[in-house]
Amino acid sequence: MLDLNHVSKTFNPGTVNEKVALQAVDLHLEAGDFATIVGSNGAGKSTLFNAIAGEFIADAGTITLDGQDITFQPDYRRSKVIGRMFQDPLKGTAPHMTIEENLALAFLRASRQTSPFSRITKADRTFFAGKLSALGLGLEDRMKQPVGLLSGGQRQALTLLMATLVTPKLLLLDEHTAALDPATADKVLELTRQIVAENRITCLMITHNMRDALTLGNRTLMMDRGRIVLDVGGEERAHMGVNELLERFAQNVGHQLDNDRILLSNEE
Amino acid sequence: MFTAATVLNALELGFIYALVAMALFLSFRVLNIADMTTDGAFTLGCAVSATAAVAGHPFLGLPLAMLAGAAAGFITAFLQTRLAVRSILAGIITNTGLYTVNLAVMGFSSNVPMLKTETVFTAAQALLGEGAPSRVIVAALITAAACVLLIAFLGTRMGLSIRATGDNPDMVRASSINTTFTITVGLCIANAMTALSGAVLAQYQRSADINLGTGMVVIGLASLIIGETLFGRGGLWTKAVAAVAGSVIYRFIIALALRANVPSECLKLISAVIVALAIAAPALQARAAFRRRRARAEKEGASRA
Repeated sequence: MLDLNHVSKTFNPGTVNEKVALQAVDLHLEAGDFATIVGSNGAGKSTLFNAIAGEFIADAGTITLDGQDITFQPDYRRSKVIGRMFQDPLKGTAPHMTIEENLALAFLRASRQTSPFSRITKADRTFFAGKLSALGLGLEDRMKQPVGLLSGGQRQALTLLMATLVTPKLLLLDEHTAALDPATADKVLELTRQIVAENRITCLMITHNMRDALTLGNRTLMMDRGRIVLDVGGEERAHMGVNELLERFAQNVGHQLDNDRILLSNEE
Repeated sequence: MFTAATVLNALELGFIYALVAMALFLSFRVLNIADMTTDGAFTLGCAVSATAAVAGHPFLGLPLAMLAGAAAGFITAFLQTRLAVRSILAGIITNTGLYTVNLAVMGFSSNVPMLKTETVFTAAQALLGEGAPSRVIVAALITAAACVLLIAFLGTRMGLSIRATGDNPDMVRASSINTTFTITVGLCIANAMTALSGAVLAQYQRSADINLGTGMVVIGLASLIIGETLFGRGGLWTKAVAAVAGSVIYRFIIALALRANVPSECLKLISAVIVALAIAAPALQARAAFRRRRARAEKEGASRA
């Protein structure tokens, strides 16, 4: 489904701030793959997502999605088939627009044929309300309210719905539950699991929770200094514990994983 | 306090300038862009409409002026989205260039007198009869039509995309909205409305002048902010109607100032002060709250000691 071939990116080349963010990254995802990504601080996890989403054009290499070369496609074109969520719940929705209007925007991706002057129809509203009630947050009764009135968890759940309202070919989740309180984070993660499984969405998820990294999805990738240094799946992954994963990481790269958030969250 | 004639006059001007307030509602509030093209686009509207009216086409002059305004908006948007010029500077550049364009449209003269020219207002008077308040009816109709069309447009899929562009740039980048396109469409519509305002005003006062647009962005903002402060809480409809109401109230304030023998040369200064105070209001309130809080703490400290 997704193929990255030797994708590289260097920020501020030729200056003192030069930073090699991605070094000839190769990655292949099958349709329906759900891979989690963990890595050190500044390992290039988010940069990898930005490269796939088209926030910048990679310096070298090619990106193919579902057989189509998207290496030079602008970001707004790619987002027709790539859903995306960020850590900050404020990033995914327009606060001064209503829930219904936000959903209508997400629905735009599907409606290539409809005129740009078409309005939200009754059928659209019924469809949105059905999807909202599946979240179990009571948002279907608040469709005319501005999104700015929702809590962070509600906004993130709504963003998840918007990212998957039209089933994307690829879903990119960048620590999308990290800014939520533990109970809400669990709820949003459970919704993610459900929606991804139901629609068999190909998905990449960055996390700092090592347990989630091993239990969610079917593959675990580890990144370090702009490279994917570990890729485990299948039987091996099913029997792997957090300590074993960290050991394998240290073996492969020759140093311990240094991500302050992972270290803190594993203290518990 | 006011004679019937002054009231009518304030209403007429209020409705005509309300188009500028609505244009700024679109660019400044919805798209979150301070569009400095406004002054030049207003004069451009005056010039095109006056020239067309003198040539015997007062009705054609209005859509032509809107087209010209949209073209001006397009240039600002092009500088901003394609050539990465900062939005304020992009507007100022277009505005500067428009000065020459506006002179050219008026045949390289700084004004176009149209004393005997037929205008949309004379046509309406001929239709409605001498006694009817035809001028205020024409102005109100044009503004109402623009208002209804604008709100209807903002509810369409393209309108929603434009609103999201101003509301959350992060979200827009992650969704399938092309901001180059939405900003361009938004600025074209806003400047078409500003130019329409100028076009109606030129025919209303039977003259076009190269300096008519000077300070228009500040006057439009003053109207917008007055409306928002008094009526602006609510949905899109409330906000658009508030912009119109703000424009009418602004004209009444000006009429009051003129009655109090404030020389007309001072009006721009008054507008500037209104806008500065209105925009500074939240900062002033925060400062006052801080002062009160500190004074209370000092008092309590003194009583404890």
